[in-house]
Amino acid sequence: MSWVNAIIQGILTGGLYALFACGLSLLFGVMRVVNLAHGDLATVAAYIGIGIIAITHVPFLWSVPIVVAIMAVLGYVLQRSLIQAAISRGELTTLIVTFGLSIVIENGLLQFFTANNRGIGVGSSLISSSFSIGSGLQIAWLDVAIFGLAVVVLLGLQYFLSASKYGRLIRAVADDREAAQLSGANYQHVFGICAALAFATVALAGISYGMTTVVSPTTGTDTILLFAFAAVVIGGLGSLWGTLVGGIVLGVSQQIGAQINISYELLAGYIVFLVVLVIRPQGLTARRSQT
Amino acid sequence: MSVTTDATVRSGQDRKVTRSRRNVAWTGAGALVVVVVLALFPYIVYSGTTAIMVQALIVLTLASMWNLLAGYAGLVSVGQQAFFGLGAYFILIPAMHGVSPFAALPIAAAGAAVVSFPLWWLVSRLRTGYFAIATWVMASAIALFIEQIQSIGGGTGMPLPGFAGMDPTLLAAYTYWAALIVAVVAIGSVYFLLRSRLGLVLTAIRDDETAARSSGVKVGLARLLVFVVAAAGCGAAGGVLAIDQLQVVPGTSGGVFSVQWTAIMAFAVIIGGLGTIEGPIIGTAVYMILQQTLQSYNAWYLIILGLVAIAIAIFARRGLWGLLDDKFNIRLFPVGYYLWSPGETRRRQRAKGPAPVS
Repeated sequence: MSWVNAIIQGILTGGLYALFACGLSLLFGVMRVVNLAHGDLATVAAYIGIGIIAITHVPFLWSVPIVVAIMAVLGYVLQRSLIQAAISRGELTTLIVTFGLSIVIENGLLQFFTANNRGIGVGSSLISSSFSIGSGLQIAWLDVAIFGLAVVVLLGLQYFLSASKYGRLIRAVADDREAAQLSGANYQHVFGICAALAFATVALAGISYGMTTVVSPTTGTDTILLFAFAAVVIGGLGSLWGTLVGGIVLGVSQQIGAQINISYELLAGYIVFLVVLVIRPQGLTARRSQT
Repeated sequence: MSVTTDATVRSGQDRKVTRSRRNVAWTGAGALVVVVVLALFPYIVYSGTTAIMVQALIVLTLASMWNLLAGYAGLVSVGQQAFFGLGAYFILIPAMHGVSPFAALPIAAAGAAVVSFPLWWLVSRLRTGYFAIATWVMASAIALFIEQIQSIGGGTGMPLPGFAGMDPTLLAAYTYWAALIVAVVAIGSVYFLLRSRLGLVLTAIRDDETAARSSGVKVGLARLLVFVVAAAGCGAAGGVLAIDQLQVVPGTSGGVFSVQWTAIMAFAVIIGGLGTIEGPIIGTAVYMILQQTLQSYNAWYLIILGLVAIAIAIFARRGLWGLLDDKFNIRLFPVGYYLWSPGETRRRQRAKGPAPVS
């Protein structure tokens, strides 16, 4: 029974990983920016959530839209200033700037919040309640809720990008920014909106992670960035549904690794990542190489 | 096979192509004097100074390697801490079997180089940004793997054996000399690699990869070579760290596998000047000054270093050395070429601006 449990847990955790990967995928897909500060920004979102709840005592559910809005604005501003400046100077500069940002954020958090772990106070009823199937299976409502959130976010993004007018504009800019510019689109503004969207999903990812477990200043790089990236590569670069598949594969392999020996949890995930990189570098869902 | 330093230019005019505008022998002599003076440091300065110098030399070695990767081969690796950490372990493991840690330094370099081959095979499937994160994942996976091996200290690390009964002053001096040798060999290797055919190949790739590829340049092979050399250099630096700290501490936060090592080497290179051999030297100096003045404020030096690196990456892409070079037009380590007209003096050429080799 514990194996079935591990697989179900892995699938549910996979939703969280897909949520991690969403923002990374979106920024790369549209602007060709690989944001090395991705994980740290998610951690920042979690800390903002913790701070808002601690200071204003608003109920947890009210803090979510506030954090998402703050991160979306931050995303737009950061894109229009720092990231745009880096993009126009080339790929190398973009990497250096986002890596610098990552180190600055991580050490800034370390400086102001110490290395202690913190969790987001959700109220015990939401976190601890679970339901059981059969005798040995305990499933937490929270994990189900986060999985559902990930699916809703992916569906929403998919619909927005493929069916809405603005989504079409984003895809046009992603395909050829000069041509879009000539047709009257302000590509820098579109990039900003796109970054705002990506940062909103990053905020959701950070909060979700802070709810299920605890965050510390190093969570961003140790966990969120690397898992997000592994999910993206396993699933296939540039595919939103691929990230869900990748997240689930990563989650399940981690849980199976943990079943064998608790200290193999992370290692098992990375081994599966490396195996996919060797056998199918284009990812599990992609039809052709997009690297 | 190296390119000869004076070639006849197509037009048939009596022009000369040289590596440097002034006599390289003087620069060489200057470098020799600097190295000799540095080698005499344990006799003339306090041991506290040499201890700081050891840190500086470790950072210098790392920065030179990262510069070779990112500045010349366009490989932005964020996983160099993997080789740094492995280097430390390649000192620890022979030391546990009775090999002197100093004698094990070549093992550390060679070991890291050997490990880098299969890793290159994995990470080279991805490009630029995804290459960067893939190297990061690789470093994390290696750190996790090493922590599983209990006989070399598992997750807590181990003190380095082999120094029992050694005079601390002598040990400090030996450590300093080891660090100096590693740094000099690292910079020397980068210099001579770039002056060799590989340097020309890398410049061609940097300028236009497609054109280089279609001219028969083996792009993958050149990058592999750079990756392996950088792994060896980082491994040797990790070995020096193990000797300096007399222990090996694993772990991705605070240990030898911490991404902060890559952050330090990358920031030093960017601040000093990416794609120049002089850059890492200046960047290391800036890093050491910041680290020494701000060391009582915990992580602040890394925050400031990161902010400075971001600002320089955006506003002064050639770094501090680039600014100096613009003003005074100097090359301590000439790896490019200059075109001379007959009878032309340095002053006149500077007024015209540097002449590109066609």
